[in-house]
Amino acid sequence: MVKYILKRVIYSILILLLVSLLLYLIMRMLPNDFVDKTYESQLNSGVMTKEDLHRIKETLGIADNSFKGIMRGYGDWLKNALRGDLGLSLKYQAPVGQVISDHMWISFGIAMFAFIFQFIIAIPLGIKAATHQYGAVDYTTSVLAMVGISLPSFFLAYLLMRVLSIELGWFPLQGIDSGRGSGFDLGDLLWHMVLPMLTIIIGSIGGLMRHTRTNTLEVLNQDYVRTARAKGLSERKVVYKHVFRNTMVPIVTMTAGIIPGLFGGMMILEKVFAIDGIGRIAYEAMGVGDFPLVMGYNMFISILTVLGTLLSDLAYMLVDPRIKISK
Amino acid sequence: MEENKQEILNNAAEIEQSPVSDIQPDMNAADTAAAVAVSQQEKAPQKEKTSEFISDNVRIVSPFKLVLKRFFRSRLSVIGLIMFLSVVVFSFLGPVFVPWGEKEIDRSQSYRTYYDISSLYSVVDEEGNELFTYYTFSVSRPENLNIYAPSFTYGINKQGKRALHLFGTDGTGYDILVRLMYGGRLSLMLSFLVVLVYTLIGIIMGGLAGYFGGWVDMLIMRLVDIINCLPSLPLMLILGAVFDGWHVSPNLRVYFMMGVLTLMSWSGTARLVRGQILTLREQEYMVATDALGFSPWRKIFKHLVPNVMPQLIVSMTLGLGGTILTEASLSFLGLGAPPDVASLGRMVNAAESQTVLEKYTMAWLPAGLIIILAVVAFNFIGDGLRDALDPKMKR
Repeated sequence: MVKYILKRVIYSILILLLVSLLLYLIMRMLPNDFVDKTYESQLNSGVMTKEDLHRIKETLGIADNSFKGIMRGYGDWLKNALRGDLGLSLKYQAPVGQVISDHMWISFGIAMFAFIFQFIIAIPLGIKAATHQYGAVDYTTSVLAMVGISLPSFFLAYLLMRVLSIELGWFPLQGIDSGRGSGFDLGDLLWHMVLPMLTIIIGSIGGLMRHTRTNTLEVLNQDYVRTARAKGLSERKVVYKHVFRNTMVPIVTMTAGIIPGLFGGMMILEKVFAIDGIGRIAYEAMGVGDFPLVMGYNMFISILTVLGTLLSDLAYMLVDPRIKISK
Repeated sequence: MEENKQEILNNAAEIEQSPVSDIQPDMNAADTAAAVAVSQQEKAPQKEKTSEFISDNVRIVSPFKLVLKRFFRSRLSVIGLIMFLSVVVFSFLGPVFVPWGEKEIDRSQSYRTYYDISSLYSVVDEEGNELFTYYTFSVSRPENLNIYAPSFTYGINKQGKRALHLFGTDGTGYDILVRLMYGGRLSLMLSFLVVLVYTLIGIIMGGLAGYFGGWVDMLIMRLVDIINCLPSLPLMLILGAVFDGWHVSPNLRVYFMMGVLTLMSWSGTARLVRGQILTLREQEYMVATDALGFSPWRKIFKHLVPNVMPQLIVSMTLGLGGTILTEASLSFLGLGAPPDVASLGRMVNAAESQTVLEKYTMAWLPAGLIIILAVVAFNFIGDGLRDALDPKMKR
């Protein structure tokens, strides 16, 4: 077990190294005029000279565009990154790690609430659909789930804004506070978060529901369910005691897989709803070519993805004793 | 898997009993017996009179027909098929019936004032409570462009004729209906292209990995791991900027982006093919191909891959829906086709302006609906196909 975990961890680190190299190379293919762009006004007004610009590029490790220079730049970036220093964001003039953690929690909050609601709604519905297979509930949930999966998030967001915000005036259109000043107001924040959360929930609830349904159907066909019924247990007890717990096995492991979604922010939704989350920050950083921030954000996502896969595999082994480690 | 194959065979030979009385319902029993006896006399005169050939009672259904039958039995898949066909007809045949062209701006003079919500003010009392909010509008009448025309109004088209804007016009003066058609066409074509190419790559990569195993497998699977780990949307954004930096023409850039999307999408197919081939290659018929001395190429692509085809067809159909969504998101973010080419994602993006969102619903709502229609259609069809192709589903 320990050996297996160790092997997986080493694997993951190797993959992350390759991913970081790939990302760095792609980033270096960018026309590196963003430094020129950022400091254009200072250059024109004579506050900075060409040498200053060159020095800035030098500190970013992007002055030398030959292959050797790029590899050296990558080496420097990696060395600093391993020490926890992702560099200074050009746009925010603050350490990348700090920028990410400043804007991460609002995204995390929205995603977390959305996931909790999603679980509360989807799992009972999925089980209900499976126990009443081919019934009315099953058909309606299947169709709704499929339509939900098919919705482009940005369109759904605009639709909700148009109906719930403009037409009915129930929720604010954009942003995260009403701008009344006077400190932090949780109620106001939550009120602003309803539409983004609703968008996420509608968009992803279908997948979870179908997943639960399939799993429940599988469990319902097991011998021990027949045994439980043969013992004369009530249907209620069979479903909620014997089936439900076993249905949860794959779902528990799935939750580990949502880690990148929890922390990584939602680029498009945050842009639409004008929320200063990590996704929107990264999107804007790409627009202005904020090299260290973009690189840091991408690595952040990659690490979360690797971690998510690793944890969900490990959770699977822990939760389900039937899974044996192969090799 | 062993069971699976068995099931497929069983199903292929699934036979439908047709009751004897069906043949001639109004004959009495004696007549029937006589008729059977007569009809069989030429073929098998010495057989017992009452028995018949199995082939008389039984209809052999080919697997393909069986799948079709099961597919059409499900209401959802039929609905999906109808939706898909209507999107195809709408976007490929539709432009014939619309008096406007894709890149044709309605330059007829607009008699309509149109307005723009420029800013939102809120009035606050001394304690900071919001009393009320109000908008200011800027009202203008563009001189020579018929923009944001409402539905069912007319403009003058290139031929100098009065022509109907069924859905009105957008902020540039394009006819929305015709843009929807061309946008749908672009979405469908790009998605088909992307899915076809990435499935092909996936088949080749997965086939090689599954068949050869060892270091080939190792290499390809690590490549898959790396691709799965890359943040796709940020990467596409960066690459979009890279292509701009290389001065790729906007018309070509959309194909570059689709190329990148293809390269990021084949991993799922490769995994599927590899997994299937790992089990299939242990089967007896593969031993037979060994004995016959076939080349690996022939073994993989003529004997292994066709057996993965059912799963591949399902994953391709579902992949089409996903690809349409991704393509729409990309064009929503401005990474798709250039502005003069119609694309559905970009049309939805018009709602970014609050004025459009609030006042000119026609400029963004139908585009989103068409995306949904296409994606739902593919998901319904894919789901129906999965059930129809799954031999374990007996219903």
